Parts: sequence; C-alpha cells; structure tokens
Amino acid sequence: MSAETLEKKPAEALLSKRRRKLVSDPLIDDNPVTIQVLGICSALAVTTQMKPTLVMAIAVIFVVVMSNFVISLMRTTIPGRVRIIVQLAVVATLVTLVNEVLKAFAYDMYKELSVFVGLIITNCIVMGRLEAFALGNKPYDSVLDGLGSALGYSWIILAVAFFRELLGSGSLFGLPIYDSISGLFGPDFSLATNGLMVSPVGAFMILGLIIWVQRTKTGYVEH
Amino acid sequence: MQQSNAYIITFSVILTVILGLLLSGTSQVLGPMQKEAIALDTKKQILGAVIPLEEIGAMKPQEINAYYESHISSIVVDISGKEVTEQEGTAVTAEAVDIEKNYKRPAEERLYPVFKYHDEGSPEKVKSYIFPIYGAGLWDSIWGYIALDTDMNTIGGITLAHAGETPGLGARITEPEVQSRYEGKTIFNESGELVAVEMQKGEGKDYSDNPHQVDGLSGATITAKGVNNMLKNYLVNYQAYIESQKSSSAVAAL
Repeated sequence: MSAETLEKKPAEALLSKRRRKLVSDPLIDDNPVTIQVLGICSALAVTTQMKPTLVMAIAVIFVVVMSNFVISLMRTTIPGRVRIIVQLAVVATLVTLVNEVLKAFAYDMYKELSVFVGLIITNCIVMGRLEAFALGNKPYDSVLDGLGSALGYSWIILAVAFFRELLGSGSLFGLPIYDSISGLFGPDFSLATNGLMVSPVGAFMILGLIIWVQRTKTGYVEH
Repeated sequence: MQQSNAYIITFSVILTVILGLLLSGTSQVLGPMQKEAIALDTKKQILGAVIPLEEIGAMKPQEINAYYESHISSIVVDISGKEVTEQEGTAVTAEAVDIEKNYKRPAEERLYPVFKYHDEGSPEKVKSYIFPIYGAGLWDSIWGYIALDTDMNTIGGITLAHAGETPGLGARITEPEVQSRYEGKTIFNESGELVAVEMQKGEGKDYSDNPHQVDGLSGATITAKGVNNMLKNYLVNYQAYIESQKSSSAVAAL
C-alpha cells in the first residue's frame, strides 16, 4: 500500500487570501453602510461628535465579532424553528454586557450614548451577518467576516462624525479646531460653525456624499 | 437534522439559563463599580450647581471626592423644615436618600436632603444651599440640583439631567448655556410670595430685566414645562426650611 493514499489537505493558513478577503471586502467593495445600506440609523444618530462615535464603533465591533463567533460555534445545534430568536437572545445578551461595562467604567460615555448602545440590537448589520454567514461557516471565518463588516461600518461612521463635528461644532474629539485657526489668515479670519451639520439633516447629506464618492470609485451599480 | 419539539424546548431552556447566569453574574461583579460611578456622577451634579462645569471636568475622581468631602455638609429635613436623623429605626444621611423613590411618596412623607456648600474647614459659614429636584419631562424623568445663595432668594446655579429626553431638543437642559440662564434669578417676588423661576415658551428673547423668567427651548416646550413644575414643586416643599434659614440669617445679621 502506498504510504500516502490519502494526502491530508494542508490546513488553511490563518490569514489566507480567502480569509483576508473576508476582512477587506466589507471595507470598500461590499461596505455594509454604503453598498448594502444597512445600519443607517445609528450612523445618523450618534455621529454628532467623534468621541461617542468611537465608543459606538468599538461596541459594534465587539458585538458583531462575538455574536458571529458564538452563533457559528452553535450553528449545528440551533433548532431551525427558533433560529432568529436564539440569535436575538445572544445579541441582546452581548449588548447588555457592553452596556453594563460602560456603566461601570465610563459613566459619562454611558450617559451620552444612552439608548443608542441598546439599539445596536436592532442594527441590521448584526443580524444580517449572522444569517448570511455565521450560520453556515466555521467560527474563525465567521469572526473574520464579522470583523470586516464591523470595521466597514466603523470607518464610515467615523468619517461622518469627522465632518459633522468639524463643520458643525468646530472641534474634533472635543478639541477646539476653529478657535485655534481663527486669526491665521488675518485678524478678521474666523470660521463659523454650520448648525445644519449638528442635525440629522447634515448627517444624511454627508452620508449621501460619501456613498456617491465611494460608488463612483468602485463603479458599483445597483441592479 | 430531525429536531423534535423536546429538543427545541430543552435547547431553549438551557440557553436561557446560561444567558441568564451570564447577565446576573456580570451584574453582581460590576455592581459595586457602577454604584461608585453613579455616586461620583451625583457628586459632580451637586457641585455643578455651585462650581463652573469646566472646573469639575478638569478634576480627577479622587479630587472630586476630596473636594466634596471638605466642602459639602448635608442634612435631611422633612416638609416642615425640621431636621430628620432617622427613619423607621435606621439612620438617615442625605447622600443615601433616593430622590426617585422618595418622589413616589406623597410630598408630606418625603425626606428632603439639603447640601450646604462651605469653604474648607468652616462648615458654619455656608455659602450656598443646594436642593435636589426631581420631576417628569416629556418622555421620562428629569432631575437636578438648584443652589440658593445665603439670602435664600437668589439662585446661584442649577444643574439639570434627564433620563430620556430628545437629543437636540429636551436633552438641551443639560447644556451649560441653558443652565446658566438661571443664575442671578430670584425665587421670591416683592410681596414675599414664592413664585420660582419659569422657562418661557420660545427661545431667543432677553429676560435680563425679569427676575423670575428665563429664555426657553425652541421645540422643547413640554420639557421646559416639566422643568418649571419640578422647580416650583420642590421649592414649595422646601419652603418651610427656606423660611427658617431666612429668618435665622436675618437674626444673625442684626
């Protein structure tokens, strides 16, 4: 008998091309917010300033990655009929954990984000990735996919928050920018803040512009 | 995969138990830290009525705790202005009084904490009297702390907070600019009646020559009405204590 009748398939590299694509695709080509148009609600609500947006982004990354991991581990045991409810229970537990940790260690942020952390449960990206990927793929792959989607969402909301805070309040992360550059090009030079940017209308506009720019660059057309 | 009803039910029960344990375990572990965070936040709000918010923002938690210890002394009074030191056998301290739980009782049975702001080392020379206030906004509760100067008439400052008002509208009561509108206003009119200070409808008007009115919040009239009612109700409840302090300071001034 030949020594190697069944050549064992080599284990896939931890960051093989396929796996790297899982993380990189949702960043631009398949971005959950700009291409799939999911998770818009919080993209408008929390992005008035960069600091709460950053906390929100970290919370979403944690919830999406962990829920993808847990559901993927359980995917063979979840009964088909209660599939959605089980996903919901896991996601709700994770979001509550995030909320409790925030309340204990970052009370000011907890007060500022108030209901929006709880609303991560309703963020379509979370359940979307569970249904589309985690239920049918191995845990490590699901983690990478979750990471990709959450990062894609995060950079978009941070970009929106960047413009909204800079143009709407003249600051970034609370540091006054407009005040420090006033007087730069002459004694009367000062920039006025744009109140529209602080309201959801401004968020819609910035988001629309980002979607336009991105789809032009990637050439994506809806069918 | 053949999945019988028994399997589904068993799975669901086990999942519920595991998730429930996880959540209650977290709550137990994080509970003390959360209580500390909330207590610190309350102290910040109390101090916020007498010190500018930027100063408090620059202080570290230990500094805030130390400042509070050395500058705030507190007592609890009942609706007739008399000091209360124990209730139903247990000692009562101002910091332990749960304003929200007290709000549910009728006004005559509530405990009313009073926080006195003084310089370090001289607790008799009170600079401000700070009273907690609590009420209903548009969607959920609102609360805060109002500071009166020693004449028991002029408002030194106010902090306001809310549980779920609309961001950009009712939630604006937390803005320093809105809270500063109350500074210098008086709560008693010339005839000695307690009229409190009312937030007017609409925004942008100047009320500097009216000592009992402040500019309102555009688009948040119901929250503003909630603030007005909250202020009026609690000032009326504290009125017995306020009058007693007024007369004792008048005697001291003689």
